[in-house]
Amino acid sequence: MNPLDIARWQFGITTVYHFLFVPLTIGLSALVAGLQTAWVRTGKRHYLRATKFWGKLFLINFAMGIVTGIVQEFQFGMNWSAYSRFVGDIFGAPLAIEGLLAFFVESTFLGLWIFGWDRLPKRIHLACIWIVSVGTLLSAYFILAANSWMQHPVGYHLDTATGRARLTDFWAVLTNSTMLVAFPHTITAAFVTAGLFVVGISAWHLARRRHVEVFRPSLRMALVVTFVASLGVAVTGDQQGKVMTAQQPMKMAAAEALYTTERPASFSIFTVGTLDGGREIFSVKVPGVLSFLATGHFDGKVLGIDDVQAAEQAKYGAGEYRPIVPLAYWNFRLMAGIGFLTAGIALLGLWLTRRGRLPANRWVWRAGVASLTLPFIGNSAGWIFTEMGRQPWSVYGVLKTSASVSPGVGATSMLVSLLSLTALYGVLLVIETRLLIRYAKAGPPSEEETLGGDDRAEPSLTFAY
Amino acid sequence: MALTTVWFILIAFLWTGYFFLEGFDFGVGVLLPVLGRDEAERRVILTTIGPVWDGNEVWFIVAGGATFAAFPEWYATLFSGFYLPLLAILLALIVRAVALEYRGKRDDAPWRRRWDRALFWGSLVPAFLWGVAFANLVRGVPLNAAHEYAGTVVDLLNPYALLGGLATLTLFVLHGAVFVALKTTGEVRRRAGRVARLAVAAAIVAGGAYLLLTQLLYGKPVTWPAVAAAALALAGAALANARGREGWAFAGTGAAIVLAVVTIFLALFPYVMPSTIAAANGLTTSNAAASPYTLKIMTIVALAITPMVLLYQGWTYWVFRRRIGVPPTPRQPQASPRPVR
Repeated sequence: MNPLDIARWQFGITTVYHFLFVPLTIGLSALVAGLQTAWVRTGKRHYLRATKFWGKLFLINFAMGIVTGIVQEFQFGMNWSAYSRFVGDIFGAPLAIEGLLAFFVESTFLGLWIFGWDRLPKRIHLACIWIVSVGTLLSAYFILAANSWMQHPVGYHLDTATGRARLTDFWAVLTNSTMLVAFPHTITAAFVTAGLFVVGISAWHLARRRHVEVFRPSLRMALVVTFVASLGVAVTGDQQGKVMTAQQPMKMAAAEALYTTERPASFSIFTVGTLDGGREIFSVKVPGVLSFLATGHFDGKVLGIDDVQAAEQAKYGAGEYRPIVPLAYWNFRLMAGIGFLTAGIALLGLWLTRRGRLPANRWVWRAGVASLTLPFIGNSAGWIFTEMGRQPWSVYGVLKTSASVSPGVGATSMLVSLLSLTALYGVLLVIETRLLIRYAKAGPPSEEETLGGDDRAEPSLTFAY
Repeated sequence: MALTTVWFILIAFLWTGYFFLEGFDFGVGVLLPVLGRDEAERRVILTTIGPVWDGNEVWFIVAGGATFAAFPEWYATLFSGFYLPLLAILLALIVRAVALEYRGKRDDAPWRRRWDRALFWGSLVPAFLWGVAFANLVRGVPLNAAHEYAGTVVDLLNPYALLGGLATLTLFVLHGAVFVALKTTGEVRRRAGRVARLAVAAAIVAGGAYLLLTQLLYGKPVTWPAVAAAALALAGAALANARGREGWAFAGTGAAIVLAVVTIFLALFPYVMPSTIAAANGLTTSNAAASPYTLKIMTIVALAITPMVLLYQGWTYWVFRRRIGVPPTPRQPQASPRPVR
């Protein structure tokens, strides 16, 4: 393998892995903060038990998000030094601001939250978890601003002397149209992730009728969150599709494996075939839907892969401008399909558990537990589609991925990095998953166990280790 | 003052903060097997850094991000050039952070023992390699005309750099020992004070030799006061520790670390990464810098946010200012989930 391929594999593996933890952190921090608020406001013990239970799972997940994030901050310099030199003037700023504004807030206030149960006044302690939650949103904002610049570079010009991109308008980078649709889409997806995480674990306990006083409210809250957030994902995803069609027509064409321009263009729900532009064996098509997804009109024109390829060759010179089409096609369907599925699951769940009901059928609960995995697959598919669909570019229309890799780093070093990180991540995934399952199954602390700290005259020592 | 100089100072400040804060975290991790004889003591020791270690580590992330934003060339050359040592640091930091977060999550002695070992190595490796990396920065590395690193990993493991590694390792271990003495009570506190006595001797030998060599080989007149002050601070720390004045001892080790970093950055300036091939190949605060516009924006952002960060991080230390001791009747570990069929 050449250094480029190794660096790409490492980026793919480490980023998809990192993003398993990120959306759960974003969504769950808010849900835990919401539960703790309910406890502070009502004083009902089961809210406190729920806060402690979900908070513990949140922390196990958060730790993994942090450690995998360290690699993200530095692999641009390590494996992609040519990219870093080229975009540094623009791309470094949101990264630095993310650290300064968000990471400090998250880490500091999370430390206060974990160890502050006995030390801080109740409301200030509550404020800590809310601040963490806001911190995760700020973090998402700045990193998505950086990514959106790669999708749709704005607010810069190419310096003729150095041949590199120079920032001319930072506000344009922060209000990039791509960013304005990517942020709500990512955040709503994060809430679906956290929602179904809570649904899945609550379902496991409720199937056994265990800790019903904690898990029924948790389940209902999570179902509402999942349903509303799923609708949000669909609406923002639809807007994103239109922005994407205008900015990166190749990505939309690849998402549909549409080789020739059509007007109106139909959407295939699935296809049996090679997706190489030859005749498909079988496909289920809905007329006009692709036109609507891409343009907002059922008879809009959607450019095909071959036409975009010709247009980009005319614009950027000879070369391959097509991404791996089946990858884009199937990941797009996986992402969108899961988006609709989660909305349906949430709605069904709300109906089945209406007015105090708990279904007796075991399969309902099993399906509830299984639904926990869906957002993780959907999130990964969405990002793989977004990033692979942009290829061969690292910065769309400006810098190719092949010109981004570190010229001075040998294949051996990169391979050592790829293999050691992948091995470590693999081991950590096993450890983390086992720990999560252990805590999830153990259930919330009992009433007596939560009678600590704030009710005592003398603050006790906090042992979190 | 030129904005490039402002950012050189800001980045030096971030690294200084990182080594001052995470320095004692590293020391605590390395000393855990020595200072904590049983589980209760080990928990006391880890609780001293529990609420703060993650916030301390963010200083490194922000130093990296700020380097990317303000000196993209430096970021690109440094992290692609010091590839394998940096990879080792990243792997160690991952293992260490997971160890800190997960060791108490199961009431299981072998589980904890494994994480304690991970914490030891995860603290030792970066404590040593940071010294190696910064010594190489001062010494200069082979950079070609395109500012790409043209050496191998072996070039980075020269005697001067290895001495730099020993210097940071001994300084951080000492800083950690003094911190534990400052933050605990009882037997752990006394033991930490005794360990600090040995550590301060080691730090004076390794740190003193490294700083003196740096002054003689790469120093300038302006670095002399910093080197002398660092030596004084270490001597003061030794004295304060011997007299059981833990607060002063910690101030002394902290000042020594700060002054050592100041020495390194003063010796570097105006270079950020000098080249051993040709002086013109070296990266300076001007040829590595981002555009004036980016620097201006980042300056405004940094000046607006950094004071707040210092305030709330400072508040955290105030909230957790109390010493920690082994409770008279060991409580059931609250973090262990009950088994479930």
